[in-house]
Amino acid sequence: MKVIDLVNALGLEVFSGQAGLEKEIAGGYVSDLLSDVMGFAREGEVWVTLQTHQNVMAVASLKDLAAVILVKGFTPEPDTIEHSNEEHIPLLGTPLSTFEVAGRLYALLQHHKGVLSLES
Amino acid sequence: MIIEQTYQVRGGDFAHAGDASSKVKKLLKQLDVDPRKIKSIVIALYEAEVNIVAHAWEGIIRILIDRDHIRMVLEDKGPGIADIEQAMVEGYSTASREVREMGFGAGMGLSNIKRNTDQMEITSRVGEGTVLTMVNYF
Ligand SMILES: Nc1ncnc2c1ncn2[C@@H]1O[C@H](COP(=O)(O)OP(=O)(O)OP(=O)(O)O)[C@@H](O)[C@H]1O
Ligand SMILES: [Mg+2]
Repeated sequence: MKVIDLVNALGLEVFSGQAGLEKEIAGGYVSDLLSDVMGFAREGEVWVTLQTHQNVMAVASLKDLAAVILVKGFTPEPDTIEHSNEEHIPLLGTPLSTFEVAGRLYALLQHHKGVLSLES
Repeated sequence: MIIEQTYQVRGGDFAHAGDASSKVKKLLKQLDVDPRKIKSIVIALYEAEVNIVAHAWEGIIRILIDRDHIRMVLEDKGPGIADIEQAMVEGYSTASREVREMGFGAGMGLSNIKRNTDQMEITSRVGEGTVLTMVNYF
C-alpha cells in the first residue's frame, strides 16, 4: 500500500511533502515521544503523532519514515511544512483521534497483507 | 581514507536540532556504508546532538571516519552530569517542562545511544560540561 492509498482510504488532508505520496508503507508507529520513535520506529513506517513542530520532520527524515499523520485536527508549524517538502515526506492530517487512526491504519495494512498473500 | 568534520551545536536551538546528524547520514550514504550501520549511527548521533540542545549551553561535534569505523566525540559546555549511572537509567530525565511538551525528555536518549553504538563513554564535570565519545564499526 502506498501513502496515496492511505490518504484516499482515510480521507486525510495533505499539508505538504506531495512528492513522497507514491512511497510504499511498511507499517505504522504511534508515539509522541521523539526518542521512542528514534529508537524503535522502522524505515517505511507511517508515524501517528500530535507533535506539530519541525523536529518531527527531522526524526521522520533521519528514520526514513514514509509519512507523518497529525491527529485530532492539529496543524503543522510553517517550518515543519517546509522541512516536509524538502525531504519529500508527506505530512498528513486528520480530525480523528490517535486511537481511531491507529485502528484504521492497522486494519488497512492487515487487509492489504491478506490480499497480497491471496494473490501470490 | 580519513574524513574529519566538525559541527557547532547551540543549546536551546531546537530549530536546528538534527542538522549535523542529517549531514553525517548523507555523507555515510555517499561512502556506501552498510545501511543498517548507518541507521544505528544516526540514532546515536541524533540523541547525542539533541542532548546538547536540550541540556547544555553549547557544544561541538567532531566526526572522524576511518576505513572501518566512525568515531563521534561530542563535547559541550553545560551543567554536566552529576551521576552518570543514574542518567543512563531509561526513563530518568531532568528535561524542563517546555522540552517535555515537545516530546523530548522521555529519558530514552542515552539508552538509545548505548543500544546503537559499539563503544560509548561519558565523562563529565558538574558546572563545566560533558564529553561523550561513541565508536561504531562498519
Ligand atoms: N550533554 C548533557 N549535559 C547535561 N546533562 C545531560 C546531557 N546529556 C544527558 N544529560 C542528563 O541525562 C539525562 C538523561 O538523558 P537522556 O538523553 O537519556 O534523556 P532525556 O534527554 O532527558 O530525554 P530523551 O532523550 O528521551 O528526549 C538528561 O535528562 C540529563 O539530565
Ligand atoms: Mg536525550
